[in-house]
Amino acid sequence: MLCLLFFLVTAIHAELCQPDGENAFKVRLSIRTALGDNAYAWDTNEEYLFKAMVAFSMRKVPNRETTEISHVLVCNVTQRVSFWFVVTDPLKNHTLPAVEVQTAIRMNRNRINGAFFLNDQTLEFLKIPSTLAPPTDPSVPIWIIIFGVIFCIVIVAVMLLILSGIRQRRRMSKGPTEVDDSEDKCENTITIENGIPCDPLDTKGGHINDAFMTEDERLTPL
Amino acid sequence: MEKARPLWANPLQFVFACISYAVGLGNVWRFPYLCQMYGGGSFLVPYIIMLVVEGMPLLYLELAVGQRMRQGSIGAWRTISPYLGGVGLPVGGRNFGQPLATVSSAQPSRLQPGLASVVVSFFLSTYYNIINAWAFWYLFHSFQDPLPWSVCPLNSNRTGYDEECEKASSTQYFWYRKTLNISPSIQDSGGVQWEQGLCLLLAWLVVYLCILRGTESTGKVVYFTALLPYCVLIIYLVRGLTLHGATNGLAYMFTPKLEQLANPKAWINAATQIFFSLGLGFGSLIAFASYNQPSTDCQKHAIIVSLINSSTSIFASVVTFSIYGFKATFNYESCLNKVILLLTNSFDLEDGFLTASNLEQVKGYLASAFPGKYSEVLPQIRNCSLESELATAVQGTGLSFIVYTEAIKNMAASQLWSVLYFFMLLMLGIGSMLGNTAAILTPLTDSKVISSHLPKEAISGLVCLVNCVIGLVFTMEAGNYWFDIFNDYAATLPLLLIVLVEIVAVCYVFGLRRFESDLKAMTGRTLNWYWKAMWAGVSPLLIISLFVFYLSDYILTGTLQYQAWDASQGQLVTKDYPLYALAIIGLLVASSTMCIPLVALGTFIVRCLKRGDTPPVA
Repeated sequence: MLCLLFFLVTAIHAELCQPDGENAFKVRLSIRTALGDNAYAWDTNEEYLFKAMVAFSMRKVPNRETTEISHVLVCNVTQRVSFWFVVTDPLKNHTLPAVEVQTAIRMNRNRINGAFFLNDQTLEFLKIPSTLAPPTDPSVPIWIIIFGVIFCIVIVAVMLLILSGIRQRRRMSKGPTEVDDSEDKCENTITIENGIPCDPLDTKGGHINDAFMTEDERLTPL
Repeated sequence: MEKARPLWANPLQFVFACISYAVGLGNVWRFPYLCQMYGGGSFLVPYIIMLVVEGMPLLYLELAVGQRMRQGSIGAWRTISPYLGGVGLPVGGRNFGQPLATVSSAQPSRLQPGLASVVVSFFLSTYYNIINAWAFWYLFHSFQDPLPWSVCPLNSNRTGYDEECEKASSTQYFWYRKTLNISPSIQDSGGVQWEQGLCLLLAWLVVYLCILRGTESTGKVVYFTALLPYCVLIIYLVRGLTLHGATNGLAYMFTPKLEQLANPKAWINAATQIFFSLGLGFGSLIAFASYNQPSTDCQKHAIIVSLINSSTSIFASVVTFSIYGFKATFNYESCLNKVILLLTNSFDLEDGFLTASNLEQVKGYLASAFPGKYSEVLPQIRNCSLESELATAVQGTGLSFIVYTEAIKNMAASQLWSVLYFFMLLMLGIGSMLGNTAAILTPLTDSKVISSHLPKEAISGLVCLVNCVIGLVFTMEAGNYWFDIFNDYAATLPLLLIVLVEIVAVCYVFGLRRFESDLKAMTGRTLNWYWKAMWAGVSPLLIISLFVFYLSDYILTGTLQYQAWDASQGQLVTKDYPLYALAIIGLLVASSTMCIPLVALGTFIVRCLKRGDTPPVA
C-alpha cells in the first residue's frame, strides 16, 4: 500500500515537472565558459544545492515561508547543462504560479549566482529576464567637471595674455614721452653764477660742445 | 619709422608651423582609407609619384611667394598683379628694395571684396573647429570607468538595452545619439545642443589663446602641436603592433593589389590627397612664409615639409591598420562565439565542446544528424569572415569616433588609450586651425585700415567670435549633415582653381624669369631646372585634369545624395538633398570661385575710371 502511494506520488510529481510544462522554467548553465579550468562537474549534489537555493528564494515570498527543498522538482538534465524545474505546492499537488516563482528568483538572483560562482549570462533562467544594473550616474556628470577646470584655465590664460599685451603697449607709448620731458627740462634751466647767466652749453644731442674752440682759431696761422 | 614685420624666432619655428598645419586629421583618417580602397601597398606608387610631381613644386611655389612678397595672401597676389586681388588680397604694396611689379598699386587700395583664399579659409575655419569640439567631448568622457561608449544604456524597465543601441553598436549609438543627437534628415534642424555648444566655445577659446599674440604665441604653440602627435603615434604604434590580430590588418593593408594601378581613380585620389593634405591654396602657407627672413632657404623647407607630411600619412596608416586588424579579429572571434553559443544552446551540446577549430565539422555532423532542427537554426547562423571585417573601409569622422573607439574599448586600460588618442586628435586639429586662422588674420592685420583702428588682439577676438557664432549651426541636430556639405564642397573645387591661377600668375603674368631672379637675389640659390619645368608645364596640366575630372563627376552623378542616420533601423540610409541645400552648395562653391573674376573685373573698372578722371602719374 505504501509502495503504491509512493509510486503515485512520484508519478504525479513527474507529470508536474515536464519540459514546457505549466509553470516550468528552463535553466541553462555554462560552467566551463565561466570558470575554464576550475569548472566543477554538475552532479546530483549540485542539483540539491540548486533546489535549496530555489526553495530559499521562495521562502522570501510572503505566504510561501513553508517551502521545502522537496517541493522543488528538477527534470530533463542534459549534457549542456540544462534542465527544467517547477515548484510545487505539497498540500494541493499543483505547481506554484509562474509569476510568483519569477519574482522570487529575480529578487534573489545575485545570491543564486554567487552560490554557483556564475553570473547572469552563464546561469540563465529562460523566460525570467534579469534586472540589469544601471551604470552608476554621479550627480554631476564627470565631463562637466573636467570641462569646467579646463575652461577656467584657458580663460585665465587669455586674460593674462591680453593684460600683459595692454601693459606692454602702455609702457611703450609712455617711454618716448618721458625722454621728451627730460630734454625740455634741460633746455629750460639756465645756469646762473654770480648773477651772471652763463652761456648755456649746447648739449642737445651732443652735436657741438662750445667748450672746445675750433682748431683754426687756437693755432696761430703759420 | 615703419613697424617691423614680426618674424619667427628661428627657422625651426617656421618649419614646425608648416608641419603642424600640413599634418592634420586628413593624414590620420583619409589616407588609410584611400590606401585600403586602392590596393594597399600599390597605392604608394601613385602617391609618391604625385608627391614629387605635384606636391613639392606647389609647396615650394607658395612658400617662395610668401617669403618674397612678405605679405599675407591678399597682399602677395595683389603685388604680383592688381587683377589678381581676387586670388589673395592687397594692401598698398610694401616693397623691400627689390624690383617688383610696381605697375601695380603704389597707392593704398581699399579693402577689396571677394578674396578667394580668405573666403575658403573662412569657410574652413567655420566648420573645422567643430571637430575639435567633438574631440574635446570625447576627451572629457574618457575619464570614466567604464567608457560611456562601451556599454549600451538600459531601456526604461531595465530588462534590456536601449533599442537603437541594440540595432546599431554601442559606439555608433554614443556618436549618433549622445554626441550629435542627430535628426533623421537635414530638413529637421532641431535645436542647438548646449553641450556641443560649450565644447565649441572652449575650442575657439583655445584657438584664440594660441593666436592672440601673433607669431610670438603661435611660434611657441607649434612646438607642441607639431611634436606631440608624433609621440602619441609612436606610443600607439608600439601598442598597436603588440595587439592580438594586428598582423592580420597589416598583412591586408600591405599586400599590393597591382591591378588597382590601372584604375584612374587611384591616381586621381592620390593627386587629390597630396593636394589637400599639404593645405595648398588657403593662403596659410603664404602667411607663414611671409614672416620669414628673406634669406631663408625655402626650397629646403618645402622638401622637408612635404616629405614629413607624406611619411606621417604612411606612419599613421600603419598604426591605423594594426588597430583595424585588432578590431576585425576581435569582431570575427565574437561572431564565431555567438555562432558557437547558438548551436550549443539549440542542440544542448556539452558546454565547451564546440570550439572555433571544430566548428565546421560539427556543423556538418549536426546538419546530417538533425536536419529538421538544423534548418530551423540555419537562418540565424551568420557567416563569420575575417576578410569582410577587414574590408569595412571607413574614413573621416566615422573612423575616429566610431571605429577607433570600438577598438579602444576592447584594449586593456582603455581610459588611458582613449585620452591619448583624443588628445592627439586635438593637437592635430588645433595645429591646422592655427594655419587657417593665420590665413584670415594676416591679411586683416596687414591692412592699414583695420589695424590702425583695432589692436591685433581685438581683431583676432572678433574673427574667433564670428566663427564661433556661425559654428553653432553645426551643433544643431542636423548639424552633422551641414558639416558634411561644408567638408565635401566648400574647399574642393575652389582650391583647385585658386592654385591653378596661382601657378599661372607666377609663371606667366609675373614672369618665371623675373621670379627666378627675385628668388636668387633673395636666397642666393639658383632655381633648379626641375622646379621650372614643373611650375611651367606639368603641375598646371595636372591641376586642370583634376579640375575637369571633378566637374564631370559632379555633373554626371546628377542629384547629390547624403547619408542620414535612421534611428529605427540603427544604420545609415541614403537620401537626396532638398532644393535649398543644393542651392547652398552652389553658393559655397560659387562664392569663392567667383572672387577671382569679380575682383579682376572690379579692379579693371576702377582703373578705367581713374584713368578717365585724372591724368596718369608719371
